[in-house]
Amino acid sequence: MWEQISSNRRRSIALTIGIGAILLLLGWLIGFFFFANGYAGLVVAVVIWAIMNLVALFQGDSILLSVSRAKKITKSDHPRLYNIVEEMQIASGLEKMPDVYIIDDPALNAFATGRDQKRASVAITSGLLEKLNRDELQGVIGHEIAHIKNRDVLLMVMCGILLGSIVMLSWIASRVLLFGGSPRSRSSSSSDSGGGIIIIIAIVLMIIAPIAAQMIYFAISRKREYLADASSALYTRYPEGLASALEKLAASTQELRSANKATAPMFIVNPFRGKGRSAADLTSTHPPISERIRILRSMTGASFANYEQAYEQVRGSRKAVLPGSALVGNGEVEIRAPRPEPVEPLRAGIERRRETSQAVWRMNGYNTIRCDCGTWLKIPPVLQNSTVRCPHCGRINPT
Amino acid sequence: MPVGAIVGIIVGVVLAIIFGGGYNRLVQLRNQTRNAWSQIDVQLKRRYDLIPNLVETVKGYTKHERETLEAVTKARNMAEQLSSAGAAERAKVEGELTSALGRLLAVVEKYPDLKANQNYLALQEELSSTENRISFARQYYNDSVLKYNNSTQTIPYNVVARAFGFKSGEFFEVTAAEERKAPKVSFT
Repeated sequence: MWEQISSNRRRSIALTIGIGAILLLLGWLIGFFFFANGYAGLVVAVVIWAIMNLVALFQGDSILLSVSRAKKITKSDHPRLYNIVEEMQIASGLEKMPDVYIIDDPALNAFATGRDQKRASVAITSGLLEKLNRDELQGVIGHEIAHIKNRDVLLMVMCGILLGSIVMLSWIASRVLLFGGSPRSRSSSSSDSGGGIIIIIAIVLMIIAPIAAQMIYFAISRKREYLADASSALYTRYPEGLASALEKLAASTQELRSANKATAPMFIVNPFRGKGRSAADLTSTHPPISERIRILRSMTGASFANYEQAYEQVRGSRKAVLPGSALVGNGEVEIRAPRPEPVEPLRAGIERRRETSQAVWRMNGYNTIRCDCGTWLKIPPVLQNSTVRCPHCGRINPT
Repeated sequence: MPVGAIVGIIVGVVLAIIFGGGYNRLVQLRNQTRNAWSQIDVQLKRRYDLIPNLVETVKGYTKHERETLEAVTKARNMAEQLSSAGAAERAKVEGELTSALGRLLAVVEKYPDLKANQNYLALQEELSSTENRISFARQYYNDSVLKYNNSTQTIPYNVVARAFGFKSGEFFEVTAAEERKAPKVSFT
């Protein structure tokens, strides 16, 4: 159950090839249309794709993280978060501890990135960090680690690049078409009747290709979300943690400021869930949250087989959502008891908020120290003094 | 070439593929269980290192809890001594340490000053995370052992396992029923 889920991977590769074929076809037709030579277009398409690939391969993580305005933290910045990531790394058997990032944003979201298991990162917004208790945070981090472990990140990046190339190519072609006049007048030698049909096909494809590729992309992405949910339940042995975290995520209406369309499938919930969107939307990167919660809550054990059963029960269908290779030879997996909160819920909430805000201050170079009177002092990075006077009680504290 | 020789070569090649592949697979699975075991080891050591610190912090705030503290220290030293023993034996002493720690944390309930101490709060986070890590590492180890054992008992791996002496792995089970639950770290 812990190895690469191979049939899922095969299906994903097939879909990736599908998107790739759309890209090549589009390139060929555009080439035929503009240069009267399909191969020229193919070359353009492949060059665009190759450049984007190279950029993504070497800079993808840092681009994504910097676009999202995520800041890397160390253990002392937020011990609880760091500990939980390490716990999930152990539970999933991931080889190396991923880097941990915090995004200073009141929206509730989280994502994972990294093209292989050895160079992965997990990012979470400060808003989510202060809302979730330990079990819930564990569920969310388990979901993100599962994305890394199941190689979803690599797949989504690969598909994302293909999709991006298609969109880019269509965009360039449509601009040239709109503002560049008719390119066919320059090559009057080719026969008109055959050319006309190809022009129409090319235009139609330019419009349809990005949409089709996007639909495939989203279909893969949705499947992967279910698998990551199931894996999170398995790692934590506690589906309710993720379910209750998703409930909090669903209740929030705040959109993430730094997300965009291309990075959307990376997040734990779709950052652009607007109001009035139908439940089983084809253009959604994520399954509806309410359904994910219901599946997690109907699980009678924590294994993949239990998730599959719950999925079929909630959806009322017998169509498998998890790959067959994940379902064999698991044995019984019991759900554990919830871990008790060390303090009462209200105080726990206040403490989480303080913990998170301190982590954010530290991320920005501030140092927080505690005076004996109970006041928290935030020392800005420009202050060079060796001591500071507490404004509350007047004690002198070392910085 | 006679037909017999060709058939012989083909059978030989097929057998070599099955045996070679099976051997590699079993080695891979066995290494996985070994890695998983070393992870448990790392986390248990981490707990040994945390305990003296915890005992010191608690000592400063409490007066009448010497017995509980001594029980924890004793269980810790005992577990550390047996740290090179097999899975089953080790699980037993570690289980005792877990329950001794549980009793200590329950005792701390009576001391609100201690519970508000920053140092103690940080220690408590480390301790509960360590308990979690131990149980996650154990979970992963047991799953790896299950997978490895299943492989050594099914065709075609069982033949390879017998031929090259792959022994089945030992589970890391927590014996007492009360210890299956998460350690009590409740401070309501």
